[in-house]
Amino acid sequence: MNTKIDLSTTYLGLDLRNPLVCSSSPLCKEIDNLRRMEDCGASAVVLHSLFEEQINIESRLLDRYLSEGESYGEAITYFPDLTQYNVGPEGYLEHIRRAKASLGIPVIASLNGVSSGGWVRYAQLMQQAGADALELNIYYLPVSPELTGQEIEQMYERLVHAVRSTVTIPVAVKVGPSFSAIPNMAKKLSLAGADGLVLFNRFYQPDLDIESLDVKPTVNLSDSSELLLRLHWVGLLHGKVPVDLAITGGVHTPEDVIKSVMAGASAAMMTSSLLRHGIERLKSLRSGVLDWMDAHEYESVRQMWGSLSQQKAAQPAAFERANYMKVLSSYATH
Amino acid sequence: MSRRKVTIDGNEAAAYVAHKVNEVIAIYPITPSSNMGEWSDQWSSEGRPNIWGTVPTVIEMQSEGGASGALHGALQAGSLATTFTSAQGLLLMIPNMYKVAGELTPTVMHVAARALATHALSIFGDHQDVMSVRATGWAMLSSNSVQEVMDMALISQACALECRLPFLHFFDGFRTSHEVAKVEELTADDMRAMISDELVAAHRARSLSPDRPVLRGTAQNPDVYFQARETANKFYNAAPAIVQQQMDRFAQIVGRQYKLFEYVGAPDAERVIVLMGSGAEAAHETVEHLVSRGEKVGLLKVRLYRPFAVDRFISALPATVRSLGVLDRTKEPGATGEPLYIDVIAALQETYAAGKSPFAAFPRVIGGRYGLSSKEFTPAMIAGVYNELARQQPKNHFTVGINDDVTHTSIEYDPQFSTEETDTVRALFYGLGADGTVGANKNSIKIIGEDTDNYAQGYFVYDSKKSGSITVSHLRFGPNPIRSSYLITRASFIACHQFVFLEKLDMLRAAEPGSVFLLNSPYPADQVWHQLPNKVQQQIIDKQIKFYVIDAYEVAKQTGMGVRINTIMQTCFFAISGVLPRQQAIEAIKYAIKKTYGKRGEAVVQKNYAAVDGTLANLFQVNVPSSASSTIELRPPVPPQAPEFVQGVIATIISGHGDDLPVSALPLDGTFPTGTAQWEKRNIAVEIPVWDDKLCIQCGKCVLICPHAVIRAKVYDTGKLAGAPESFKAVPARWKGLEQMKYTLQVAPEDCTGCTLCVEICPVKDKAQPKRKALNMEQQLPLRETEAANWDFFLGIPEFDRTKVNTNQVKDIQLLQPLFEFSGACTGCGETPYIKLMTQLFGDRTIIANATGCSSIYGGNLPTTPYTTNSQGRGPAWSNSLFEDNAEFGLGMRLSLDKQAEYARELVGRLTEVVGVELAAALLSADQTNEAGIVEQRKRVNQLKAKLDGNPAPEARDLRNLADMLVKKSVWIVGGDGWAYDIDFGGLDHVLASGRNVNILVLDTEVYSNTGGQMSKATPRAAVAKFAAGGKPSAKKDLSMMAMMYGNVYVAKIAMGGNDTQTVKAFMEAEAWDGPSIIIAYSHCIAHGYDLIHGIDQQKAAVGSGYWPLFRYNPALVAQGKNPFQLDSKAPNLPLEKYIYNETRYTMLTHSQPEAAKALLVQAQEDVHTRWKMYEHWAAMPPTGKPPAPVLPATEPAPVAAVITETEKVEK
Repeated sequence: MNTKIDLSTTYLGLDLRNPLVCSSSPLCKEIDNLRRMEDCGASAVVLHSLFEEQINIESRLLDRYLSEGESYGEAITYFPDLTQYNVGPEGYLEHIRRAKASLGIPVIASLNGVSSGGWVRYAQLMQQAGADALELNIYYLPVSPELTGQEIEQMYERLVHAVRSTVTIPVAVKVGPSFSAIPNMAKKLSLAGADGLVLFNRFYQPDLDIESLDVKPTVNLSDSSELLLRLHWVGLLHGKVPVDLAITGGVHTPEDVIKSVMAGASAAMMTSSLLRHGIERLKSLRSGVLDWMDAHEYESVRQMWGSLSQQKAAQPAAFERANYMKVLSSYATH
Repeated sequence: MSRRKVTIDGNEAAAYVAHKVNEVIAIYPITPSSNMGEWSDQWSSEGRPNIWGTVPTVIEMQSEGGASGALHGALQAGSLATTFTSAQGLLLMIPNMYKVAGELTPTVMHVAARALATHALSIFGDHQDVMSVRATGWAMLSSNSVQEVMDMALISQACALECRLPFLHFFDGFRTSHEVAKVEELTADDMRAMISDELVAAHRARSLSPDRPVLRGTAQNPDVYFQARETANKFYNAAPAIVQQQMDRFAQIVGRQYKLFEYVGAPDAERVIVLMGSGAEAAHETVEHLVSRGEKVGLLKVRLYRPFAVDRFISALPATVRSLGVLDRTKEPGATGEPLYIDVIAALQETYAAGKSPFAAFPRVIGGRYGLSSKEFTPAMIAGVYNELARQQPKNHFTVGINDDVTHTSIEYDPQFSTEETDTVRALFYGLGADGTVGANKNSIKIIGEDTDNYAQGYFVYDSKKSGSITVSHLRFGPNPIRSSYLITRASFIACHQFVFLEKLDMLRAAEPGSVFLLNSPYPADQVWHQLPNKVQQQIIDKQIKFYVIDAYEVAKQTGMGVRINTIMQTCFFAISGVLPRQQAIEAIKYAIKKTYGKRGEAVVQKNYAAVDGTLANLFQVNVPSSASSTIELRPPVPPQAPEFVQGVIATIISGHGDDLPVSALPLDGTFPTGTAQWEKRNIAVEIPVWDDKLCIQCGKCVLICPHAVIRAKVYDTGKLAGAPESFKAVPARWKGLEQMKYTLQVAPEDCTGCTLCVEICPVKDKAQPKRKALNMEQQLPLRETEAANWDFFLGIPEFDRTKVNTNQVKDIQLLQPLFEFSGACTGCGETPYIKLMTQLFGDRTIIANATGCSSIYGGNLPTTPYTTNSQGRGPAWSNSLFEDNAEFGLGMRLSLDKQAEYARELVGRLTEVVGVELAAALLSADQTNEAGIVEQRKRVNQLKAKLDGNPAPEARDLRNLADMLVKKSVWIVGGDGWAYDIDFGGLDHVLASGRNVNILVLDTEVYSNTGGQMSKATPRAAVAKFAAGGKPSAKKDLSMMAMMYGNVYVAKIAMGGNDTQTVKAFMEAEAWDGPSIIIAYSHCIAHGYDLIHGIDQQKAAVGSGYWPLFRYNPALVAQGKNPFQLDSKAPNLPLEKYIYNETRYTMLTHSQPEAAKALLVQAQEDVHTRWKMYEHWAAMPPTGKPPAPVLPATEPAPVAAVITETEKVEK
């Protein structure tokens, strides 16, 4: 293996030793796991998300059941009401503090808010707790037929702007692929202050149980086929919008990492691969990338960064509609 | 020194001091003293130190007997130790109390004094319990108010140490223990100043220690015991002076002066009342009022009751006294008088005989009883006593506050007499249990107590139902100290938090002219008038009441408060009562919200803020017309067709006028008719289930799970439909062979609580619209009348023939009539379906021994009770003895029934000629193992009776009387886990060992549910409960395994929601087994902290996770060569956390102590794993007739990482 190969990259202004970043997942809840991620080669970790809605629900449930009773003289309450409860963000903030104290690699906190006040408040607290950067995990499902795409986009902009005005650390925005005009949206988010974009959020989708006639929430791990959508959009955006790009969803093999970088991503983030194969998987990914680069005589990641983006690729039209036509005709020829 | 003003109740006041000046605290729950233990446990778990800087050790014991034993031991080993109790709990401590006093041990026990269980249990306050221990040698110090409780708690501790005597510090249960009042909090410095370190050291020096060994607790003989008993005299002789010195010392330090006997009133009083407890405060208020009118009356408050200091008592009385009325809050049947009366007589007599009497003549003394079971004791009654004293021939041994029309003990009084001060705000709030009214009012008292110079008092009245109950909050605020230890009957402010109460309660009866009435109304201000009952309209007009409305539920909905309207109604109160300037009040409410809810999270604070802000814009004053126009009348408490006793007595209690019932109206010995719950149409469900007859598959699961027996099924001949209401639904029965018959599933609309468990369990879904099931919830009000008519028609259809029901299938169980219906249990209760099932299967031949607890409260608390009869008049006979003896109580029933049956069989044998050979043989050899056999035997018994009727021979008469004993009887011993696992475990064990044919049903909610969720030994590891504020560190006791070890005990562990077929099987097998049987039934409970709509899912999860494995151990299988142990549930397929973290009892530990929660989860998962392995092993054992010895894991418990791996395996 060529030890001279330079894997380093830059993401959100943070110097990373390689593009392998562990994305937000339940694995990140344990400090031991974070340490193992670092030991196995991760260049940064995105912590599991702080869900404002979850905090609110937990608060309300706690309040509801602690308040239950008051109907019968022998059982006016059913629980001791203790002096304090850890229902706010404190547990998460402590996790950031412990992660920072335990790791040498950057720690990116992840926030999923529901109220405008919540986004700003928690972002501030995360910075104070020592996070190196923030990833805003905006997961808004527009269920109302009255709500327009424009309104939603403006909401995203306002939110990013509000957080950006509050914190000094870099801010990335993790978005879904459902915008009508992704490049324009990327530009707006950049203007609102985003330092990076993470493409794309994987939304948990309910499945239908046709035996029990139930709708069931499901969590499926990704596979490499999901990478293509990300490569496509990162390839299109690279160099056109002044933000760092990261790919999340579908990164499973060394080749996937290399493709991500070549499309223009500064970081290739992964969760499913680690959940499926364990954190140790990072080691083989890293060595696989090195082996490939060695075999193909690449000296550094920077050398390949964005090399297959629309801007730099030999066939820029392949990113656009022509590609659609080509695929169809190629099928036809078989 | 400035001391903090706090607004707390009597229990907290006592616990505050007790926790500060003790090192070991032994606790056990019993109402109304449980809170003292709860506070102590919580404070210790939070690390709050005592005045010496160390955190007291708090331990829950298995009973009050255990607590007193632990107290005795802790004291003997040199600690400062205490305990708290009430009622029968105190009686369980008596043996140790004699020991502690006999050994001259300083300690203080704090007692919220309560009525004793005699003809009935009562949780309310009087002095029957403390008077029962007056012979034990404990000094007895009484507190009359919340402030006094805090003060006397400290004074008694100082006195105990100096006197070398144990002190029983008591105050009135509920009236003082639960009254919230603004008091001055003693400081740690006050306590340090009062507690002498030298005396503490002396106590330790007397303790048992191997470093300076002594022997205590000898056995003594006639030669010395007597003399030794007299050695203690000097301590008792010295005690009164010491107590007064300590009271004086307290006065120097704190500024409040107390006396052993404290006189209030005219210095030249001629008529004086003597009493102790909270009633003395009302008497104090009355005396001041009467004296201001020139009456020569006075009051002597007794504080130190034991040792009774005769000289101090005499000297405290004015020499002008001519007559004394001694009032006891207790009853000693058959005595020459109640205890305080006798003591006063003796004191006067001794003084007179010694020639020391200061009185011109020997005062006339009369004794009276008042206030039993928190019966109101008002200034009117007290004035009545003074009037009685003024009579020429006053009544002695009188009662006051009741109408004794049987033995004519009661004295007359003028109920209109009042001493209420006009500058005191008196407010009444009618709320629905759990709507937050009480909590909001406690908050209001705190606000007024802490933000103004006003004195404040709050007292809260709850009703006897656990679902749909009404709470009444009585709040007083004013510039003068509040001594009114009685309910408000003249209110300047009345709030009705539930519109439906208007048709049930005459709440404006208490409204004073010009008062304010606040109504939570779904109707706007311009429409509400026409929705009021006529009587309410008339009262508003007549009394010129200022009338305000708010749609609080709408505001709550808009502001995220759900159904909690507490903050909204509280804001209204402040906005219109004028107690505080409006803006200041709003700020104070918000501050209180932050203080109360801040720790529960910002979201909770914000929604409450939003509720405050949203309130004022929705609060409107109503323009009151000049005349009443409504045709709406108050609903009668019971329907007119109810039986006479129900119309006369029960209805009076339901309507809130039970105080008016005379002695003659009540049963002599506590015996009540069954079947009364059916008459109390509570109409508490907002929505009820509606049957979709086209979708229904007639599986009967809804009928089985319904906690209140309000959904029932019948299969009947088509001809029975004649005359059915138009909306009555009937479909062909879906039973093989019964297709020609009709099936109806009917809901009792006025008895349903709206819990939705029936809908949740319904397995059917509409194919086109799966959210629709065969049962769907719909608004009750529009359906009430039609469905009530349908219900009445349904009841008239004959029950299905029991002998044709296949009890092996759940589907058939729905056709058995429940003989337990419409209980006042919590909405969605997890216990009652099991009891109901038992009554369906065996109710017409069952006697129930019921341990005190939830099941005895919803089973037997007045006014109405759920056990009922079938059309033949048969049904469960039910009784509650105590908490601590229920297994033995039930065994006694079994022995009695068996003996009588045995004698009856002997008589059949002896009287064969009279009975007839054939009938006698049939009677003696009858197979009664199934319903048909029992029906046949009943027929034979009827023949027997007919043959014996009129036969004058003594044996024939005996057999006639005992003939029913020839029919099989089923004895069920029912109780909760606190009973079975803890307080009566010894008795239960003995009963299991007896081999007798009793059936034990343990309704396992894993806490003492009835007293508010205290830990029992059934509480699982990692769960938070009261008395386990830091999470229970040890595993749940495996009661089933213990029972199985006997080999001849039928044991089943069941969860109806997990497997209903197994549940039914277990009941059938348990009853069939001719020996002891025990069924441990998973009972979801409000104390688990989740919405009980999901009770069934949680039961499934409990079973699926392996936490609650289902099994049956049936000794009868041994004879068939089979393994008696049958595991009925599958291997765990769900990680424990997926089950437990749906419940607040577990999640709150993750919020309060996350690291501990994590560690306990790992251990709890390991518990499941280990136990499952053991059960699996047993299930695979060859049939030996006896269970194998438990197989413990060969190795140490797996390390954490391995356990997690195992969890993951399970997950996959």
